[in-house]
Amino acid sequence: MDAIAIISIFTLAVFVGFEVVSKVSSTLHTPLMSGANAIHGVILVGAIIVADHSQTNLELGLSLAAIILATINMVGGFVVTDRMLEMFKPKKDPVEKGGSK
Amino acid sequence: MSTNLYSLIGLAAGVAFILALKGLSHPKTARRGNLIGAAGATVATLSVFLYVTPPRDGSAAHSLPLNHLWLILGAIAVGLIVGVPAARKVEMTQMPQLVALFNGVGGGAAALVAIVEYLHLGSGATTAEVIFTVFTVIVGCVSFSGSIITFMKLQELMTTRPVVFPGGRFVIAGTLVAVLGSAVWVVNALGTSPLMVLAVLSLLFGVLFVLPVGGADVPIVISLLNAFTGLTVAASGYVLSSTLLIIAGTLVGASGTILTRLMAEAMGRSLFGTLFGAFTAKPQEVSGSAEERPVRSGSADDVAILLNYARRVVIVPGFGLAVAQAQHTVRELADLMISKGIDVAYGIHPVAGRMPGHMNVLLAEANVPYDQLAEMDEVNPTFGQTDVAIVIGANDVVNPAAQDPRFSKCVAFSYRKFHSHRYFIHDTHGSRSAEYQCRQSLSSDDFWNARK
Repeated sequence: MDAIAIISIFTLAVFVGFEVVSKVSSTLHTPLMSGANAIHGVILVGAIIVADHSQTNLELGLSLAAIILATINMVGGFVVTDRMLEMFKPKKDPVEKGGSK
Repeated sequence: MSTNLYSLIGLAAGVAFILALKGLSHPKTARRGNLIGAAGATVATLSVFLYVTPPRDGSAAHSLPLNHLWLILGAIAVGLIVGVPAARKVEMTQMPQLVALFNGVGGGAAALVAIVEYLHLGSGATTAEVIFTVFTVIVGCVSFSGSIITFMKLQELMTTRPVVFPGGRFVIAGTLVAVLGSAVWVVNALGTSPLMVLAVLSLLFGVLFVLPVGGADVPIVISLLNAFTGLTVAASGYVLSSTLLIIAGTLVGASGTILTRLMAEAMGRSLFGTLFGAFTAKPQEVSGSAEERPVRSGSADDVAILLNYARRVVIVPGFGLAVAQAQHTVRELADLMISKGIDVAYGIHPVAGRMPGHMNVLLAEANVPYDQLAEMDEVNPTFGQTDVAIVIGANDVVNPAAQDPRFSKCVAFSYRKFHSHRYFIHDTHGSRSAEYQCRQSLSSDDFWNARK
């Protein structure tokens, strides 16, 4: 991929990132942080690619470690964010039985 | 799978992440947004198994399946076994620690990916690739070790106070210089050992960088490290020529930077002051005038009578509420008041809890509907019409010292307004000194100490 294309993607993504988050209410700061955290877990894709390319045991070992860490980041991040957001309910919801789980 | 299809799937996943962040900006759409993001990440991960990325050294891509397929799947299974139960079981009060930990492992993964790719490319790497690799290794390692320290601080495995040792700033500055020096060394010498030195120095710098940050400021650092990890993912996207990694990483980097700034603003602190405050901070003495104001103590029955005749009640919760596990009781009380036609709102300080927005999560866990959760700026102007304010486990946000920047760096509820309303109920589980400060803050004669 040529440098100009990469710089274009990068620059546009910076502006989108700024725009999307700049007006968020402080009510959701915690889930937002956790959700953004889960998104960078997509480094899992990169970890799988380098594991595929590995030629020595050292490379393979390090990339498998990267896969474990990235999976924890991605899956754990999305699960915990969902758990938090599940609890945010509007008014007029029928009274919940058994509390939150 | 063709290269074009693979790239388009990557683009779709990138769009899913944008929609996820967009959705997360409102409680109504947040859950769906997060699920869209999760779906995007899942599809992107699956697509890697169906497309072999050609190696950068120009050799042709091998055919499917991927090399080491079973080891890769095994590693993912290990990650799932560790990550999912941790995410399912964590107490809501421990959320900040978990986010810090997840962020740290993400940064560690990015650094490892960069190291492996560097080992693999060897002397065939272009200068630009080496520079991006060096960036990823430095920032990924700082994010990893820094996040582990923030985790330990929040989990109280170590002191939550700023750790400042004599000459600390020189040690940190020296480490930073050493990190940058070894970065130049890696770019010029292109060896494995310089890279390892760089990684170790970066890990050390991450530890030193977070140690002087005090307990209350730790969440801001988590958010900053989150943005850092995003940028490392973007940089490794360059090395691996993956558009998806560039989009996802940059989004997190940019939104994380804004979020960090919003949080720092909500706490009334400059980002610079947060990060380097411990070096310049002077001991803060609250030397308020010892003017005694009358305080009345009452029982729960007295409070019940008081609330029964109120028209509008504002509940100001703090982390003490969550520690005492009293959210459900408070919600039941609020429901009872609402059923009697009393207007009830929760006035929530932006950094109530241990992380910006944390209190909202804790109250949502107790089934408080989100439209009762009012931000500080919304609720402050309404105190004139409020009959009773109930402050629970939140001494600091109503502390008079908080309104003076010299004494406290928190933005305070404007409690001059408290003078005009009729009753102010404050639980006394807090410390004596905090109670004393609150007494001073009230000119009203009707300060009640409610004991539950």
